[in-house]
Amino acid sequence: MAAYENISEHKLDAFREIGTIGAGNGATALSQMMNRKIGMTVPAIRVLPFAQVPDVVGGPERLVAGVITSVEGHAPCNLLFMFPIESARMLAGVLIECNYGDGEIDDIGRSALVEAVNVITGAFLNALGDFAQLVMMPTVPALAIDMAGAILDVVLAQIGIIGDQVILMETVFTEIEENVTGHFFLLPEAGSLEKIMEAIGVKD
Amino acid sequence: MADLNVAQHPDILQTCGLGSCVGACLWDPVTKIGGMAHVMLPSSTLAKGGNEAKFADTAVPILINEMVRLGADKSRLVAKIAGGAQMFAFYSANDIMKIGDRNTEAVKAVLQQAKIRLLAQDTGGNYGRTIEFYTTDNRLYVRTINLGEKYI
Repeated sequence: MAAYENISEHKLDAFREIGTIGAGNGATALSQMMNRKIGMTVPAIRVLPFAQVPDVVGGPERLVAGVITSVEGHAPCNLLFMFPIESARMLAGVLIECNYGDGEIDDIGRSALVEAVNVITGAFLNALGDFAQLVMMPTVPALAIDMAGAILDVVLAQIGIIGDQVILMETVFTEIEENVTGHFFLLPEAGSLEKIMEAIGVKD
Repeated sequence: MADLNVAQHPDILQTCGLGSCVGACLWDPVTKIGGMAHVMLPSSTLAKGGNEAKFADTAVPILINEMVRLGADKSRLVAKIAGGAQMFAFYSANDIMKIGDRNTEAVKAVLQQAKIRLLAQDTGGNYGRTIEFYTTDNRLYVRTINLGEKYI
């Protein structure tokens, strides 16, 4: 399926630019929420076969906290945040000021994680919406703490309806002191990437 | 994910991190030839082409053919399946939320059509599974993060 195989460098660059602006906003929002310094990597845009996506976060069996936000509007997409469990415990712990050690994250901690992701994705979508003049409406996010491969299934299945490859924009947020890392994936649905490109005036 | 493999005793087939996907395992008890498909979607009719191993309705027939090519007898095949979970409770208002169940139903329908008996299943729930399929004796080992492990 040639959905993303022949995408031009030009478009990839534009996607990366959008990602940088959006992720930068997201990092600022997270930083304010945690009252800590947050660093982020320059977003990497990758076109990958499905099977390789779990490897990006450490393998299909890696225990992660995944928060997924479905975005409706002109360019439907999914925003998926994945934290390795150690980072999830750390982040939840910082947010509600408690120490999870090696244990399970309770309901309050889980809510805090969802809230943090809400804040970041809100900032990201605002930036993207402004930049591209698109209507992007997030739905209520959902959290699952389980194997990375299992969490990715639903999202990749949706994309699987149109092709065998996924285009993802990946940024890693890090909190230096406590070593919290999170992978942020923007996964556009069929046709959405084109709409975004069109909206910002990028042609092949 | 979205692929299929065949093997013969004493090999083991494995797939990791099954969420809404279904691992469908077929076995010929006489030749001890086994096959496993990692199914992502219920039906190829929705799709615009692509890898046929993704869809329940195309992956299972391909798997059967591959096993027959290795020497299996279709009329002897039996099946075990695992996966088809709903990982996110409030993901979306539409059908995609129920993709785990739909995958399970689609795989069972294809098996029934091919007259392959389903011996065991570990499906549903809201948790991920890793499975290992032993071609030696048809045991299917299912491992989860929080709910332990078992053989079916």
